Amino acid sequence: MPKKLLLEHIDVPSIETFETYRRHGGYASVEKALKTMTPDAVTEEVKKSGLRGRGGAGFPAGLKWSFLDRKSEKPRYLVCNADESEPGTFKDRYLMEKIPHLLIEGMITASYALGAKTSYIYIRGEYMYIVRILERAIEEAYAAGFLGQHILGTPYSLDLYVHPGAGAYICGEETALLESLEGKRGNPRLKPPFPAVAGLYAAPTVVNNVETIAAVVSIVNGGGDEYAKVGLGKSTGTKLISASGHINKPGVYEIELGLPVEEFIFSDEYCGGIWKGRKLKAVVAGGSSVPILPAHLILKTAKGEQRLMTYESLADGGFISGTMLGSGGFIVMDETACIVRNLWTFSRFYHHESCGQCSPCREGTGWMEKVLHRIEHGHGHMHDIDLLVDVAKKIEGNTICPLGDAAAWPVASAIRHFREEFEYHVKYPEKVANPKHFELEPFRSERLELSNA
Amino acid sequence: MRFSEETLALVNKIIRRYPEGKQKSALLPVLHLAQAEFDGWLSPDVMDYVAGLLAIKPIEVYEVATFYSMYNLKPVGKCLIEVCQTGPCWLRGSDDIVHHLESKLGIKVGETTPDGMFTLKTVECLGSCGTAPMLQCGSKFHENLTTDKVDTLLENLKSTNQRTSYMR
Ligand SMILES: Cc1cc2nc3c(=O)[nH]c(=O)nc-3n(C[C@H](O)[C@H](O)[C@H](O)COP(=O)(O)O)c2cc1C
Ligand code: SF4
Ligand code: FES
Repeated sequence: MPKKLLLEHIDVPSIETFETYRRHGGYASVEKALKTMTPDAVTEEVKKSGLRGRGGAGFPAGLKWSFLDRKSEKPRYLVCNADESEPGTFKDRYLMEKIPHLLIEGMITASYALGAKTSYIYIRGEYMYIVRILERAIEEAYAAGFLGQHILGTPYSLDLYVHPGAGAYICGEETALLESLEGKRGNPRLKPPFPAVAGLYAAPTVVNNVETIAAVVSIVNGGGDEYAKVGLGKSTGTKLISASGHINKPGVYEIELGLPVEEFIFSDEYCGGIWKGRKLKAVVAGGSSVPILPAHLILKTAKGEQRLMTYESLADGGFISGTMLGSGGFIVMDETACIVRNLWTFSRFYHHESCGQCSPCREGTGWMEKVLHRIEHGHGHMHDIDLLVDVAKKIEGNTICPLGDAAAWPVASAIRHFREEFEYHVKYPEKVANPKHFELEPFRSERLELSNA
Repeated sequence: MRFSEETLALVNKIIRRYPEGKQKSALLPVLHLAQAEFDGWLSPDVMDYVAGLLAIKPIEVYEVATFYSMYNLKPVGKCLIEVCQTGPCWLRGSDDIVHHLESKLGIKVGETTPDGMFTLKTVECLGSCGTAPMLQCGSKFHENLTTDKVDTLLENLKSTNQRTSYMR
C-alpha cells in the first residue's frame, strides 16, 4: 500500500465534518503542540522533516519559518496561499473541499509555532463555494475550542479567517498575495524586504501553500524524523499530484516522492496509461510554468536513468533535458496533441495574467502570444521561431517577479524539444488551417519518440 | 443606493477580520457582495458607495475593480457562463464546448444574448483540469462536460430564470 499522509481519510463519509474528522484522529497535532511542545520545538520538527514548500518553489519550510523576525514588536502573521491558479494544478481545491479540517488543523499548529495570533487563508475567488466549506469548518473548530481565546485551556489564542481573491493568477505570488490581502491591486513587491521581515501590514509574515500547511499535521503527530523517512533523499514525504490531459484516470493522487514517472503514468493505481490506446508524446510535469519534456526524456534522464518523481530527478539535466516538480500539475499529451497550440494557450494565459509592472513581461508575453497565434494558424515565418526564443530569453531574469520566467520557460523548452513541429506549421499552412490538424493526422518526426511503455 | 441591513451586518463583520485602521483589506470581499446585490456588475455609483463604506478614496476602489477578472465593469446577462480554455481543458475538448455554446446561444464569446439572459465568456484555468472540459456558472463548477450536459444546463438556467452569482 502506498504511504498516505494527507489523504488517508479522504474517502471516509462525512470527513468534512468536525465530528468525523476528530474521530479519525483529527486535531491531535494541535493538542500535542499546544500542550507538550514549545513553538520553537514545533519549528524544529518541521526543519527535521525536510518538508519543502508545495506551492511550486520547493523552499524548505522549516528554514522559512526560522527566518521569521521574532524580535519585531509587530504582530506576526501566517497566511495560507490557496490561490491555486497555475494551469494544471487542482490539488489544493481537492484537499480543501474534501477534508477542510486538515487545513484548519495545520493552520492552528503552524500559527502556534510562528506565534501568530491572527491568520488568513487567501483563496482564489473562483473557489467561492470552498470559502463556504472552510468557513463552516472554522465555525466548528471555534465551537469545539480549537480556535479563539485560550485554545484547549492553554494561554494560546488564535483567530482564523478566509479571504477570497477575485480572479488574478499573479496573486499566487506571495508578495502580490499580501498586496491583495491589503485590498490593493496584485502587484508583486520588490524583494528584499522579504515577507518574513516585512509582509502583511509590513509585519513579519510567513506565506505557505495549502499542502505545505496540511503536511505539518503528520510531521507534528509522527515527528520530523519519521516524516523524513518517507520519500527519497532530499525529497521527503508525500506529494499531491494533479494529473490531467490525455490519460485514462485524471485526478489528484498522493504519491510517495521517489515513485518512477513511468509507473505514475502507466500504472492503474495512478493515471492508468494514455487514453484511447494512444501513445505518450509529451508531459508538462509541474504546472504550466515548467519546461515541457518529450516522452523519452520524461521517462528517462538524458543519462538513461529512470526518471523519478522527486525534485532532484525531475530537474536532472537542467533546462537542457530536465524540468521541475513545481506545483505537481502533471499535464499529459498523447500523439495527437499539437505542441504549438497548447503552448499558445499557455502564452495567452501569461499575457492575460501579467500584472504589467515590468516592460519585458508586459510586452514580451503579448508578443509571444501573437507570434504563437500566427504560427499556429498557418501565418508564421521561419524566423518567427527564433524570434520567440529571443523574446523568451529577454524576459527571463529581467523582471520583478518570477511570472516572467514562468512565461518564458514553456516557450523556450517547447522549441528546444519540438522545433520540427513549429517548422511544420510554417511549411504547411494549409494542413494546420484545421484546428484539429494533429487529431486528423498526428505529427511525426525522426527525433520525436513516442512511448506506450 | 444602499446594501440591505443583512448585507451591511456582514460587511461590518468582514471589516472586523482585519486590524483597526486596515479596513481597506475588506475591499475584495465587499466588492463581491456589491456585485451580487447590485445586478451582477460594479457601476461607478456602486464603487463610490463601497469607497464610502470603507472610508477610502473612490480611486482606490476603481484601481482594484479594474485589476481583477471576476468584477464586471459592464452589465452582464442574467447568467454568466465562463468556459475554461487553458491547455489542460483544451486537450480534452474545450474548443468544442465553446463552439457548441456559441451556436446554441447564437452569440460569440464576449457577447450577451439579445434577451439579456446569457453572457458567454472564456476564462483561464479554474483548477478543474482533472475534470475537463469545464465551465463555471455562478459559484458552481460544471465538469466533465459534453454537449448534452451543456444543453441540459442551459435548459435548467432558462427555467430557473434567476440571476447567477458567485455568492450563491
Ligand atoms: C506567478 C506566481 C504564481 C504563484 N502561484 C502560487 C499559488 O497559486 N499557490 C501557491 O501556493 N504558491 C504560488 N506561488 C509561489 C508563492 O510565491 C510562494 O512561493 C508560496 O506560496 C510559498 O509557499 P510554500 O513555500 O509552502 O510553497 C506562485 C508564484 C508565482 C511567481
Ligand atoms: S514579472 Fe510580470 S507579473 Fe511579475 S511583477 Fe513583472 S509584470 Fe508583474
Ligand atoms: S485548464 Fe481548465 S480548469 Fe485547468
